[in-house]
Amino acid sequence: MSTIERNAPGDSTVAIRTANPYAKRKDGFDWSQPFVYFIVLLVCAVAIGPVLYVIIGGFRTTGDINANPGGFPNPWVFDNYAAVLTTPRFWGNLFASVVLAVATTAGVVVLGIMAAYPLARYTFRGRQGLYTVFSAGLMFPLTVAALPLTLLLRELGMHGTYLGVIIPGIAFALPTTIVILVPFLRAIPQELEEAAAIDGASRIRFFWRIMLPLSMPGLITVGVLAFVASWNGYLLPLLVISTGSLPQELWPLPLGLTQFSTQYSQNTGAVLAYTSLAMIPALAFFLFAEKRIVGGLTGAVKG
Amino acid sequence: MTSSATVGPAVSAGPTPAPRRKRRDRRKALEIAIFVGPALVVFLGFVILPVILAAVYSFFNLRAGFQWDDLGNPENFVAFDNYVRAFTTPEFLRAIGNNFLILGLSLVIQGPIAIVIALLLNRRLRGRSVYRLLIFVPYVLAEVTAGLAWKLLLPPTGGVNALLQSLGWEHPPAWLADPNFVVWTVFAILTWKYVGFAILLMLAGLQGVPDELSEAAAIDGASWWQVQWHITLPLLGPTIRIWAFLSIIGSLQLFDMVWITVAPAVRGIASETMATYMIQQGQFAGQPGYGSAIAVILFVISLIIALVYQRFALRRDLAGAVTDRGN
Repeated sequence: MSTIERNAPGDSTVAIRTANPYAKRKDGFDWSQPFVYFIVLLVCAVAIGPVLYVIIGGFRTTGDINANPGGFPNPWVFDNYAAVLTTPRFWGNLFASVVLAVATTAGVVVLGIMAAYPLARYTFRGRQGLYTVFSAGLMFPLTVAALPLTLLLRELGMHGTYLGVIIPGIAFALPTTIVILVPFLRAIPQELEEAAAIDGASRIRFFWRIMLPLSMPGLITVGVLAFVASWNGYLLPLLVISTGSLPQELWPLPLGLTQFSTQYSQNTGAVLAYTSLAMIPALAFFLFAEKRIVGGLTGAVKG
Repeated sequence: MTSSATVGPAVSAGPTPAPRRKRRDRRKALEIAIFVGPALVVFLGFVILPVILAAVYSFFNLRAGFQWDDLGNPENFVAFDNYVRAFTTPEFLRAIGNNFLILGLSLVIQGPIAIVIALLLNRRLRGRSVYRLLIFVPYVLAEVTAGLAWKLLLPPTGGVNALLQSLGWEHPPAWLADPNFVVWTVFAILTWKYVGFAILLMLAGLQGVPDELSEAAAIDGASWWQVQWHITLPLLGPTIRIWAFLSIIGSLQLFDMVWITVAPAVRGIASETMATYMIQQGQFAGQPGYGSAIAVILFVISLIIALVYQRFALRRDLAGAVTDRGN
């Protein structure tokens, strides 16, 4: 917009200074606007409708649901939620998910930044090859490695343990992490490093005092991605935890939730309550860190 | 380095005595090893090694809980039998077909939906950030949680069918239990789950489209749709191609949603995907060798498609992200 103004100051350009020239037509009312609102609101309703159904359904008795599956609670009961919240099972599942996600995230961030630093800032023979090895990992999805990985974890005595989920989780998050962090670290100006070197700082010291603080936004991005991937992960816990000896109370949420739903399949109200409680942490995390998550996801894709 | 030459005398450019430089080189090598080492070990051990093992296992006939020694037993070596078996098993061929059906539907249906909604959301609307937030909600949920929610909504006497009946559809199908509908139902759920992410990507891409062009076109009398079609959409090309790439890879790896929403009996006859078939055979039917062969096939198909796509569609956008970014 600024260029238009600069090229032709004065007269007609002032009239189009709105960000959207279609927001207002000559006759003063844009008839396409109600239509746009209708479509957008419809899409929103479809997006959150099922979520609301599950949350509201948790306030119904199973008999009420069976009699009138599409209706509102009649009467409203809190028993389902109370029952789920007072069992150690839900809290145990939640605890397991938190432990797995936090440990995986910490591991990814620490190992990722350590590996990305030399790859971005050092010059040495084989650097390009090393980078290619890591970035090739983008083509190796967990699905392909899942079966041998399970067998490998059995050999290592990690089958049925949290470590058996955490370490592969870190490994599979590393390629994305490094591919995001390396250009990020490289973009930090060379002059800073030279200035630090003149002041007598070693490369390691430079890493700690200057690189780490400056790369915080990148670290948060990869951290959020790793956290979300671990929190939502199902295949790895299915193969590593559900076939092991850990009690169901200590399974992570996605696994605990599916187990609960098969075990109590007749008690629809309870399953709805458990499902909506399992949604809450993800929704809360999203509301809390919306900008980071959205920025991280779109930024990661755009490179 | 270039700037140091222009700013002032470069300090690092001076000659260094040979022994000191050697010590410095050794120190540098040590630093590199300490920094990259842990990540490299974890990555090679838990990503690359399992993939190689999958390729090895795929040539053997193995039972669940086999030992390493079994690989040395020539009786267990079956060469390409597992692959032959896979490609002559109708169930697996149908699984491949399902993956490609979902892939095609995603590109043809999810893409246009996402683009149109993103274009609408890019207009000046009241409460735009709220809509954006709501549309993104399904994507935030774990696939398992979302799948389970739909499983609760879609039984023959569930909430969705109650709604449809009240709208006048007397006998709506049993969405997830009817083999004729199940793949389409799963696709609809996936659309619900992932279109928000696509919209968000497109919106981010639209940020990069300069206002000046559409304003100039508007002054010249172009309608809103004309501007979107002739100016915005072509400029959105890179974003669309990247989204399509993610969508293709996701469709080929599809596992969680099918595994969660479809009962095993129905899945087996109608909605198996390569990944669910692989886990079913390799883990739960106790045939790790056969399952590994499926994994290799899945990997090769994904790799070929990814490389071809990068070669022809993403070339302009990334110019070989894997090779160039490291420089």
